[in-house]
Amino acid sequence: MASEDVKILGGWPSPYVMRPRIALNIKSVNYEFLQEQFGSKSDLLLKSNPVYKKIPVMIHGEKPICESLIIVQYIDEVWDSGHSILPSDPYDRAVAKFWATYIDDKWFPGLRAISRAEGEDAKKEAAEEVIAGLVLLEDAFIKCSKGKSFFGGEKIGYLDIALGCFLASLTVTEKMGNIKLLDENKTPNLFKWAEKFSSDAAVKDVMPETGKLMDFAKVLIAKSKAS
Amino acid sequence: MAEELKLFRTWSSPFALRVVHALKIKGLEYETIFEDLSSKSASLLQYNPVNKKVPVLVHNGKAICESLVILEYIDETWKQCPLLPRDPYEKAKARFWAKFGDEKLFSSIGNVLISQGKEQEEAIAAAVQNLKLIEEQLQEKKFFGGETIGYLDIAFGWTANLISILEEIMDLKLVDEEKFPVLSAWMHNFSDDPVIKQCWPPRDKLVVKFQAMRESHLKTVLSQ
Repeated sequence: MASEDVKILGGWPSPYVMRPRIALNIKSVNYEFLQEQFGSKSDLLLKSNPVYKKIPVMIHGEKPICESLIIVQYIDEVWDSGHSILPSDPYDRAVAKFWATYIDDKWFPGLRAISRAEGEDAKKEAAEEVIAGLVLLEDAFIKCSKGKSFFGGEKIGYLDIALGCFLASLTVTEKMGNIKLLDENKTPNLFKWAEKFSSDAAVKDVMPETGKLMDFAKVLIAKSKAS
Repeated sequence: MAEELKLFRTWSSPFALRVVHALKIKGLEYETIFEDLSSKSASLLQYNPVNKKVPVLVHNGKAICESLVILEYIDETWKQCPLLPRDPYEKAKARFWAKFGDEKLFSSIGNVLISQGKEQEEAIAAAVQNLKLIEEQLQEKKFFGGETIGYLDIAFGWTANLISILEEIMDLKLVDEEKFPVLSAWMHNFSDDPVIKQCWPPRDKLVVKFQAMRESHLKTVLSQ
């Protein structure tokens, strides 16, 4: 049985930090959550992730593991408690990894671009791109879920975690930009899934509350405008 | 049952070459479809509608996209000559460095190609720093995978071929044998491996291609 000396270096607002926390919850593995001070990086972080100096980092015993999706895969491979996070079939695994890469490389940057867009036209264009991405993900959901509640099937899996961690940011972006992104009519399956994911036992305590995240976002925006 | 295994690639894509290397190491028979990216085939667009890129591996009608995802798929499906380490921590480290290679190293080498003067000096400094990090991962091993070629060797394989081509075009040295003894040795060992050696695209064609890329970029910069 693997030693459970597990630490997660991170911050409550970060969607990437949510990912390993959800994975550890699925596996019922206890961990120490070491929160970084916003605006500075601890010595432990700099020592554990000298290449990127970013959160999350998981420290298992003495071993640091970096990059959120790599950490999730590590967790799935080390602990077989709870349920499997990655699908067992190699093709299903490849599909899940493909979409997770798409979400990180294309979709989430598109979401961030909405709040950075200047002017109504630019905002509208950015929003349309995000919605188009959600339509692709809706289709992926239908194929992956095979009629069940999650991308992973009956239970939360890798792709649920990869996308679901951004739900709070999505809601904040909708509220602050006064736009609708996750639309019940355009992406009905994802709409239902979002509710189920957010209220799942492994997720609900680590997903930031929208109001709190929005206040945090406003502070960030104010800071970046001031500099 | 005859397995259908098709690889959509271009003659020069280093990412597609990774898949070629993996398939050859595993001893797998497959069909190659060469794509012209300026005029993509209906099949490619059907198999990779999201990114419309190569490589795409089609196995019994199912398409797998993204070269590193394909490598893992190949390793999980065909168990001979394992590519990824078995230990989860070693696996995580291999995945981390492969991602670093794609996100940081690749673009930093590319930046050297498309710049000149002071900007190029800065690009070279950044690239060298990244290469140092890679060399540190080798330690004293023959390959990143240990005694035999593995996932990370394949992921970094493009450096063993393209860096010397870029050095030739620009008449400079990025991976100096003195400064990078371990990495230089790895590049020779990897390139000269009998399975890998037969796969390299024609060198003269690559020189022409990257020369043209450099000239076109520099021209664009000048006209701005």
